[in-house]
Amino acid sequence: MDTGLLIEKLILAILLFVVSLGIAAYSTYFERKLAAWIQDRVGPDRAGPFGILQPIADGVKMFMKEDFTPTNADRWLFILGPGIAMFTALMTSAVIPWGTDITLFGRTIALQVADLNIGILFIFGIISIGVYGIMIGGWASNNKYSRFGAIRASSQMISYELAMGISAITIIMLSGGLGLNDIVKAQHGMNWNIFYQPVCFLVFFICALAETNRAPFDLPECESELIGGYHTEYSSMKLGLFLFAEYVAMFVSSALISILFFGGYNFPGMDNFSGNTLALLSVAAFFTKTFLMIFLFMWIRWTIPRFRFDQLMHLGWKVLIPISIINMLVTGIVIAFNEGWIKF
Amino acid sequence: MSKEKEKVSNSAAEFYNSKETIDGDIATINFGPTHPATHGIFQNILKVDGEKIISSEQTVGYIHRAFEKLAERRPYNQITPITDRLNYCSSPINNLGWHMTVEKLIQAEIPKRVDYMRVIIMELARIADHLICDSVVGVDTGALTSFFYPFQEREKIYELYEEICGARLTTNIGRIGGFERDFTPVFHTKLKSFLKTFPKAFSEWDSMLARNRIFMDRTRGTGPISPERALAYGFTGPNLRAAGVDYDVRVMHPYSSYEDFDFIIPVGVNGDTYDRFMVRQEEIRQSIRIIEQAYGNLPEGNYKADVPDFYLPDKADVYNNMEALIYHFKIVMGEMEIPRGEIYHSVEGGNGELGYYLISDGGRTPYRLQFRRPCFIYYQAYPEMITGQTISDAVITLSSMNVIAGELDA
Repeated sequence: MDTGLLIEKLILAILLFVVSLGIAAYSTYFERKLAAWIQDRVGPDRAGPFGILQPIADGVKMFMKEDFTPTNADRWLFILGPGIAMFTALMTSAVIPWGTDITLFGRTIALQVADLNIGILFIFGIISIGVYGIMIGGWASNNKYSRFGAIRASSQMISYELAMGISAITIIMLSGGLGLNDIVKAQHGMNWNIFYQPVCFLVFFICALAETNRAPFDLPECESELIGGYHTEYSSMKLGLFLFAEYVAMFVSSALISILFFGGYNFPGMDNFSGNTLALLSVAAFFTKTFLMIFLFMWIRWTIPRFRFDQLMHLGWKVLIPISIINMLVTGIVIAFNEGWIKF
Repeated sequence: MSKEKEKVSNSAAEFYNSKETIDGDIATINFGPTHPATHGIFQNILKVDGEKIISSEQTVGYIHRAFEKLAERRPYNQITPITDRLNYCSSPINNLGWHMTVEKLIQAEIPKRVDYMRVIIMELARIADHLICDSVVGVDTGALTSFFYPFQEREKIYELYEEICGARLTTNIGRIGGFERDFTPVFHTKLKSFLKTFPKAFSEWDSMLARNRIFMDRTRGTGPISPERALAYGFTGPNLRAAGVDYDVRVMHPYSSYEDFDFIIPVGVNGDTYDRFMVRQEEIRQSIRIIEQAYGNLPEGNYKADVPDFYLPDKADVYNNMEALIYHFKIVMGEMEIPRGEIYHSVEGGNGELGYYLISDGGRTPYRLQFRRPCFIYYQAYPEMITGQTISDAVITLSSMNVIAGELDA
């Protein structure tokens, strides 16, 4: 085995780990500032200039807090819950292509930890495991409100995964590959999927909101009804891991949306560049899209109210799934017609 | 001993330990007293099947402070601070309502200017009360931003209170017979700018929720009550009007010259959370109209009635004049001339008819004082309104009824 490749991937994985955590940490800061901006407040401004050290202060605070386990909680499952949540949130970023190949020290390095040919299936698989973190955490805390949160989370995530999966199939049909790299390459330049599949984007985006438990689908935590839902009993860094996992999941979802619909690292006029310049610009383009997506997530959270649980299920099963199926069928027929498989 | 203990165990405990809740599919959850959505200290023990509420049992009295008993030991002018602590979202209405009750008993003649000043203050308080209630409905549906916008406007109203009496939340505003001083020039400036900026800010906020699809889905058909049941319970105020009954104390039994003003009483249809929300929103607009009319036609005159029993004489007089010194002493010691009598006076409070039933035996303190607290009545209907609804509905039903712990428990 090529040792160089191993080292290269290891460095990339660690870098990715740090970047994901960093972005998640700064998402909290950005979210608070954005909320303040929307709500006409100042927001965090004590730690460092403009409060930019706030995430660090928050992290230190989390570690300093008493790590409390309720008497009747299942000790090991109680620890396992946030662990799974964080683990799965970080795992998903492994298959995301961050940019075009970069050449360093005479080596061509792909900016992707693992170019799986089933990349999108991998992501869906990992996201599905993510719900176990919330479910186990909520169940193990032995609190009725946490249990409600856990039940809500599991049924919500399973329901919305269907519509999300069907929307993803539509995109796979368009690009002809399950690997995320294939999907990105198929959208070269300005040939983005959003222009062909606006409905699919809408469905996928709504499902992504539900999958990451963001408003208006934040029913599992729902501070006004369930007092924090599945993480009611959590304190200290265990709570921190849950909250962090949510932000990492939001980052990964945003990255996934920009890959599937906004061309990933592609940007208009990219043919004029080559080599490392192109690689850096593509990474910049990718992150710009991802951050805009995160902004959209936050904007929605601070603007609209949340659903009731039956309405959420109604939307998932009776609206989004039919829409995505019809959209998939229509896409299939159009593709078949274009390819000449059916003739009139 | 154990038998006696069993006897005193309240129905809530029985409910909690009943066989079906332990063995069956039905879960029992404590909604309160420290649940964040109760916005105060109430306990509801809910029996739920999944998320659906099958029945509930409510408990009151967590912050009972024996106001009615306290009032029996206090001279009339010292009861005002107690009324502050009833519905603390609109304390000026409580204060002024109490003053009007005593004025009714001593049959004081109140100058028109005082009436109009009171109307301005009471309508400001009503706006503040409704702003809080409706923004909290927003919070409980998950729209936190809709909580912050109205709070800026409420802050301006609190600044107006400060200009009048120096306090913000527990205002202790005015005196029996009028006010301790006239509106200050700063008050005039601030009120004018408030009247100018508020309608725009209000409609901006209103547009966030009133026609929001998610909000409407959440609130329509949630926690409904029929007009018959509402009347049977003794509902008043916005909650009764949302059910479709056009009863408003300001119109039915006008006090403080309310008959001089032109305003509409908004009425709902279904008596659900959405109707309660919309009735309050419309009442805010009407309150602005009333304030504009009252402020535009503010009569000249004295800011207080001729009731020397309740106003400290000038310091200069107290030091140089025997008569004034005696008055000063009597007022401070609470020795006023109060006639015998039994009266009831009610005002349209922030969330319903706030009544004062006062019996005086001619002594320095009331013989008996009963507050008619609208929240106490609404809360009794709460289990009936949420049965068959989900937990999420129970949360917004409670906040849309504007049950305030201070008033509920007195």
